[in-house]
Amino acid sequence: MAPILGIYASQISGHLFAPSGAYDSIATTTVGAGGVSSVTFSSIPSTYTHLQVRFISKLSAGDDVIMRFNGDTANNYWNHILYGNGSSATASVPFSGAYSGIALYYTGSTASVAGGVIDVLDYTSTSKNKTVRFLGGYDDNGSGNIDLASGSWSATPAAINSIVIKPVSANFAQYTQIALYGIRGN
Amino acid sequence: MPAGNTYEAIATTTLGSNAGSVTFSSVPGTYTDIVAICSIKLSSGSTIYTQVNADNGNNYSSTGLNGEAGVASSSSNSNINSPLFGYSGNTTDFNNCIIQYMNYANTTTNKTILGRGNASDYVTARVALWRNTAAITEIKILGSFATGSTFSLYGIKAA
Repeated sequence: MAPILGIYASQISGHLFAPSGAYDSIATTTVGAGGVSSVTFSSIPSTYTHLQVRFISKLSAGDDVIMRFNGDTANNYWNHILYGNGSSATASVPFSGAYSGIALYYTGSTASVAGGVIDVLDYTSTSKNKTVRFLGGYDDNGSGNIDLASGSWSATPAAINSIVIKPVSANFAQYTQIALYGIRGN
Repeated sequence: MPAGNTYEAIATTTLGSNAGSVTFSSVPGTYTDIVAICSIKLSSGSTIYTQVNADNGNNYSSTGLNGEAGVASSSSNSNINSPLFGYSGNTTDFNNCIIQYMNYANTTTNKTILGRGNASDYVTARVALWRNTAAITEIKILGSFATGSTFSLYGIKAA
């Protein structure tokens, strides 16, 4: 049932929708007061076509945040990032191999509230290397970072059944919330 | 265990005449994220902004990654009254603008807003901050919008 919602603008024609679609919430983690070093989604069902991760995050210190699949901590990940820091736009391959994961974004301080959306396409394929795209960043009213990232996992093609998201050295702090969604095909 | 379909269309509106803004009021707090998907034709070359909860004070800031006229750039705006999520000098084509209000209903963190604006003459990816911990209950999109512009609001609910 559509919720009560008001819309107003000068001269509009509009209507409310009933819920429909092919997008499921699979699992969500909200970090408590103690913080955690990583968030893991395991036993991901293979019944979807694509996955999407949506989050806000706070860190215990400024750090990069990375993503890994199926517990693979080897150097099987590749990364390209296009980012802006408010003064210059830069394209880089900053972390290839260094973190044994796909670098997603950087957060500047403990006060920063980063947000992001990660798309993992065709995650159940056993014949394709997996490609990830990311949009996210943070703004601290005077400093910030916006990232468009691509990453690939080039281990022997395998269906993804677990995802780890973690700061490289810091912890996710309280109020971090990371949610995993599945997108169905026909 | 999946919680079932959680990406819901909340509302949509198509402008019957030019307008300076579109406001979605009484946004329910039952979702995790809100996504505004806009197909916008501008009545004059201008920017596309957002504000929340009728706050037009200088309580926003943003960082952008932009492309225009073959040049990539990054920009930062502090203490502004509305962060930009699109721009075009073109009044003929429709611009795509997708704005995501992340974890909009929580009452403990400042709010982060992500967006992308795509026009025939400009592209941007943006992150903005609203320095307020209140739940977002109203979303306003501002610009010089022409007849036929469409604005849709979606809610995404986490398990």
